[in-house]
Amino acid sequence: MPSYKRPSALLPMSTGYCPGCLHALATRLVADVVDELNQQKNAINVISVGCSALNLYSWSGDEIGAAHGRAPAVATGIKRCLPDRLVFTYQGDGDLAAIGLAEIMSAANRGENFTVIFANNQTYGMTGGQMAPTTLIGQKSTTTPFGRDAATTGYPLKMCELISVLEAPVFVARYALNSPKGVMDAKKGIKKAFELQLAGKGFTFIELLTNCPTNWGMSPLDTLDYMNTNTIPYFVPGVYKDKEGEK
Amino acid sequence: MEKRFMKGCEAIAEAAVRGGCRFFAGYPITPQNEIPEYLSKRLPEVGGAFVQGESEVASINMVYGAAATGTRALTSSSGPGISLKAEGISYLASAQLPAVIVNISRGGPGLGSIQPAQSDYLQATKALGHGGFRAMVFAPATLQEAVDLTYNAWEYAERDRGPVLILMDGCLGAIMEEVELPEMKELNYDNTEDWCLARVNGREDSHMITPILPELALEMLNKFKGMTYKMWEMADVKVEEYLLDDAEYVVVAYGIAARVAKEAINTLREQGHKVGMIRPITLYPFPKASLDNLDYEKVKAIIDIEMTIPAQMRDDIELQVKGRCPVHEYGRSGGILLDDDGVLEAIENIVKGGA
Amino acid sequence: MITINALMCKGCGYCIKFCPKHILEMGKERSQKGHFYPVNINEEACTTCAVCALMCPEAAIEVEAKEG
Repeated sequence: MPSYKRPSALLPMSTGYCPGCLHALATRLVADVVDELNQQKNAINVISVGCSALNLYSWSGDEIGAAHGRAPAVATGIKRCLPDRLVFTYQGDGDLAAIGLAEIMSAANRGENFTVIFANNQTYGMTGGQMAPTTLIGQKSTTTPFGRDAATTGYPLKMCELISVLEAPVFVARYALNSPKGVMDAKKGIKKAFELQLAGKGFTFIELLTNCPTNWGMSPLDTLDYMNTNTIPYFVPGVYKDKEGEK
Repeated sequence: MEKRFMKGCEAIAEAAVRGGCRFFAGYPITPQNEIPEYLSKRLPEVGGAFVQGESEVASINMVYGAAATGTRALTSSSGPGISLKAEGISYLASAQLPAVIVNISRGGPGLGSIQPAQSDYLQATKALGHGGFRAMVFAPATLQEAVDLTYNAWEYAERDRGPVLILMDGCLGAIMEEVELPEMKELNYDNTEDWCLARVNGREDSHMITPILPELALEMLNKFKGMTYKMWEMADVKVEEYLLDDAEYVVVAYGIAARVAKEAINTLREQGHKVGMIRPITLYPFPKASLDNLDYEKVKAIIDIEMTIPAQMRDDIELQVKGRCPVHEYGRSGGILLDDDGVLEAIENIVKGGA
Repeated sequence: MITINALMCKGCGYCIKFCPKHILEMGKERSQKGHFYPVNINEEACTTCAVCALMCPEAAIEVEAKEG
């Protein structure tokens, strides 16, 4: 029978995330894998701006705060200087898919040997729930009070799809964290990405579909159902690229 | 010491490598492209890393990451690119990470012109980024000086844990002069122990590098930085004082403008006019004392000569002169070089006008 | 057996929703932080499958495998 122990990659205190926030779960999953791979003393968490910045106060190992959207550039600088360390960025969707689009695409295209953990909750949580590049059509936000309208704001960006068409990335996958199956798959995916990185294989990208009970204006449990009916049909989970697996 | 005939940008790049630089990230912009081009070949020879960034913004953030590992990191650009790097430079200041930034400046504002100018004095000395921090700013006037300042720039950056700027104009970046190249520095990471990401040197603890701080900690950092800037003024000012003892007219100029002004001063001296010069080598900390301590019984006027219009250093000069004599300015801008005749005439007019 | 750290728990209820044996429910007491937190109402029926821990965002639940 399985057992579970709180990972030592997390500090022994609760996170700064709201109740039911799957950002916290995403952070915990990364910490679980870092523990499983015994990388607590080797991992460097490159933390971005937004709710992902709350990682700063949860992570027990080496960590560095990056400017908004720039985590892949910062990680590039770190990994080129310390190639033996397990380096990953932890970014939200506003950070990664809007202000940091150049950095993520270019780092992926260079095939930088680090991992990107991308938490996609379709909103700018920290700033109060404005429209994100990933906000769904019709989804309300503080800057799309009548729901996102494709006519003026375009469509939600599908990052896995975008990155998987690049030549260099070795592993690109999306998981939804609103069910035990999704969480288990996500954990395996993160583990696979980290193992590929440690083997020097190249750029790995893990998108985790998360929620924002506070800014979606729902109870945590309701967000899980909302994800099933709205988020998952648009952002389809799955492995989008597995270069090593194809060999 | 090895002597070589080198172009300004390449001399800086070689001096950086010899000074311990092992990481460079940058984005193409004229007139500094010889720096990344040179380093793309040179850094791999010494086990360093070169990355051509996708943008100025990405490049400075790569430097931020590299600096966090205790690696001596460099980026270079010109005015428009330095504006884009402002974000990253500010983050270096708040996260207390050392790095060296080179600005080979050109005509401004905006895209301006790609020709040489001294249009970035205010940006360099007052606001390299948001938030009210300062960086030490070195402004060499010869390639030898550029080599020596670049070679030692990380000593200051690491001592005070922040960004250091080397400000030259496109003219100095492009000219060729003979330079004496110093020996390759032995890299010593001992002093990085307490601030860079842990386990760089087998350290076992972990480390948080953060550009965001709780209010009281941030205020403490700012107070500490304020004290550091005061220390710079006491200990780190570099200035050349030229023929000041009997000077009745004092030119203040830095970099390429100072070289042109010196020619004019020599000509005027031959004609019997008592003209001298204060040449700031550190633009920040500004050589306040040199100006404040002038004998204003003797000095009839100050002439600020810069390759920019309007003059940008003038406010700093006037703060020290405190109205004790008139301050004049002369310059060219837009990428038009100062020439001997123009500068001579400008100084001559003031000297002969008896102002 | 499972241990729920009341101080870490924020009362989201994910563990309760996903427990396959339906043996967790929201307790009536508040933690020191003011959250309600789940309690195990049937220790015997727990298979220590650890789905509760898997779904806990705060890593507030630790699970020790049952002997045998």
